[in-house]
Amino acid sequence: MTALLDIRGLTIDIARDGGPARVVDGIDLAIQQGESVGIVGESGCGKSLTMLSLVGLLPNRIRATGGSAMFGGRDLLKLGPKELRKVRGSEIGFIFQDPMTSLNPVIRVGDQIAEALIWQKGLAKEAAQARAVELLELVGIPGPAERARAWPHELSGGMRQRVMIAMGLAGHPRLLIADEPTTALDVTIQAQIVDLVRELKDKMQMAVVWITHDLALIAGLADRIAVLYAGTVVEDAPVSAIFERPTHPYTRGLLASLPTLAGAAMERLPSIGGTPPEPGRRPPGCPFAPRCAHAVAACAEAVPRLAPVPGSDPRHRVACPVMTERAAA
Amino acid sequence: MTAPLIEIAGLSKRFDLRVGAFGERSATVHALDDFTATVIEGETLSLVGESGCGKSTTGFCLLNLHRPTGGSVRYRGQEIAGLDEDAMRPLRRELQIVFQDPYSTLNPRMTIGEALAEPILFHGLATKADLPARVTRLLADVGLTPRFANRYPHELSGGQRQRVAIARALACEPRFIVCDEAISALDVSVQAQILNLLLDLQEKYGLTYLFIAHDLAVVRHISDRVGVMYLGRLAELAPAGALFSQPMHPYTRALLSAVPEPDPKSARSRQRLQGEVPSPLNPPQGCRFHTRCPIARDACRSAVPAWREVATGHHVACHAVSAPDKLNWEGTE
Ligand SMILES: Nc1ncnc2c1ncn2[C@@H]1O[C@H](COP(=O)(O)OP(=O)(O)OP(=O)(O)O)[C@@H](O)[C@H]1O
Ligand SMILES: Nc1ncnc2c1ncn2[C@@H]1O[C@H](COP(=O)(O)OP(=O)(O)OP(=O)(O)O)[C@@H](O)[C@H]1O
Ligand code: SF4
Ligand SMILES: [Mg+2]
Ligand SMILES: [Mg+2]
Repeated sequence: MTALLDIRGLTIDIARDGGPARVVDGIDLAIQQGESVGIVGESGCGKSLTMLSLVGLLPNRIRATGGSAMFGGRDLLKLGPKELRKVRGSEIGFIFQDPMTSLNPVIRVGDQIAEALIWQKGLAKEAAQARAVELLELVGIPGPAERARAWPHELSGGMRQRVMIAMGLAGHPRLLIADEPTTALDVTIQAQIVDLVRELKDKMQMAVVWITHDLALIAGLADRIAVLYAGTVVEDAPVSAIFERPTHPYTRGLLASLPTLAGAAMERLPSIGGTPPEPGRRPPGCPFAPRCAHAVAACAEAVPRLAPVPGSDPRHRVACPVMTERAAA
Repeated sequence: MTAPLIEIAGLSKRFDLRVGAFGERSATVHALDDFTATVIEGETLSLVGESGCGKSTTGFCLLNLHRPTGGSVRYRGQEIAGLDEDAMRPLRRELQIVFQDPYSTLNPRMTIGEALAEPILFHGLATKADLPARVTRLLADVGLTPRFANRYPHELSGGQRQRVAIARALACEPRFIVCDEAISALDVSVQAQILNLLLDLQEKYGLTYLFIAHDLAVVRHISDRVGVMYLGRLAELAPAGALFSQPMHPYTRALLSAVPEPDPKSARSRQRLQGEVPSPLNPPQGCRFHTRCPIARDACRSAVPAWREVATGHHVACHAVSAPDKLNWEGTE
């Protein structure tokens, strides 16, 4: 089966005065039709830039400099602006991380959704506006007909996020890319959004890439989780394997930092010490080595590649020779 | 640790809107209604509740960033609701907010270093010579290297921007901070680092936080007390331990049962709150939760339930709750 989206060796560089700095350093990630993949990783590790590169929306001075991203027989990295604009919305729905910057502050939210529908689906104005109200209702906004007339600043943070979600879903895309779409939503609305996305995934075979730091939420939505660190995939596995056998030391650190409802209150939470390497200042070997409790001399020399984890699910891969060896023993 | 820092009584905020296809009708959003509570010096008071229930509005009104429609806010004994900006100025350094949307706080034309230095200089909190070290320290506190000082806001990732917004609030050496979803875009490890920082500062300087968040595990972890809001009103307010172990309001119970577990097996079988969320443009009469409440009775449809203290420090607004041992869960029609 060929993947719906197949990213191979993606590199992204930022132009800086002292020369380019590499932010995304050889990402491999394949997504099948109807599959949902959760992406987690440390703040600043390149999640948003990776996704923006697929739809040609990288900021100034940042470019995809290597690799490919095949989608429906075309390499997204090679498409021109006009073709990309067509892909966006109708084939790839995109939910941006920062709703306030991606919503137009001087257009009523209903009109913004309707405009997208007119452009992507060729709907007539009235039909598009009616559909916009339906979509607002689908994402759980009370009083959708009145709210369609609201300006973005009149909505609460979570409502704005849901407007973004409605826009991402408006064109019935084959692939939905959602960048932290529920950070401002309470658990009940989150559950409703997750149900809605899951339903579209099952009914329409929509594939989903969902960037999140909310491991509890993603546990109920994703088939697979890819863990990013400093611009590379360090672990990629079915969701159950990630929770049952987290293998990369970074993944383990993430799971250990998770506060739980059952946990003790008011104590210091364990956090992974240190900071991730900045783009352009990565150590030569494993990017996590300077912060890793399990590092050996070899870790600082060669960049580890993704390899299967012995004894775990066959699709469970990790980029850490120390841990793979330990799993085999 | 019992001195009141902020006493809030009957605080409310309404927004007037134009609706209808041509904006021919006016409507009112009842964003906040009759909010009464006391913020105690040195505590972390959290607010939780559905999206749009009025949490941010509460934070804005407390700091007089939105002019309240009614009610009073006394900060260390001084009435501040409705004060004009001149009168507020002496208090601004002490009362900080980390906005839900970090973009709106950061000037796009200022580097991060300038953005952090500005309040420090303005309030005379460091000399010019000490400034670089102070900025470096603030950046380090939120897990960013000194090089970030030369970057512009648009050159940062979402989580990095959020951390700069936190550092900027801390730069003012405030007494009270409203943290409005301030850590919601951070991965769990950085989240833990920031939460630990907030707890340290509280221990050292007696900082007081109003913490707005939807992640109940985080709320449980850091709060002394938790308030639950529903459609512009407080439904329940209690010490964190009591709220999580003995929730009394039917909405709090529903909210707690919806918390996802970080476990792929249990997450798929969560309980859901039934019914439509009513619009704050047209909130239900009586108890605002009655349209979705599993135990609503006649009184709930007509009378607003009183805000009562049913156990020490445990406040609830619900006709069915008179005392913790008198939960009247039957008696529905
Ligand atoms: N316009 C820009 N100019 C320079 N550097 C940038 C720019 N945008 C992002 N970066 C840097 O590139 C790195 C990756 O950014 P990206 O936004 O992809 O992170 P992320 O993984 O989405 O993080 P978060 O979880 O915080 O949103 C970060 O270190 C960030 O500082
Ligand atoms: N400037 C405004 N004009 C009109 N209505 C507003 C304005 N600001 C907020 N509202 C409305 O007030 C209500 C409460 O909004 P608020 O932002 O306080 O909610 P919230 O609890 O913070 O929600 P979220 O969790 O989604 O951020 C919402 O219905 C919102 O649409
Ligand atoms: S007052 Fe009535 S409707 Fe409201 S929560 Fe209590 S029982 Fe339910
Ligand atoms: Mg991002
Ligand atoms: Mg809010």
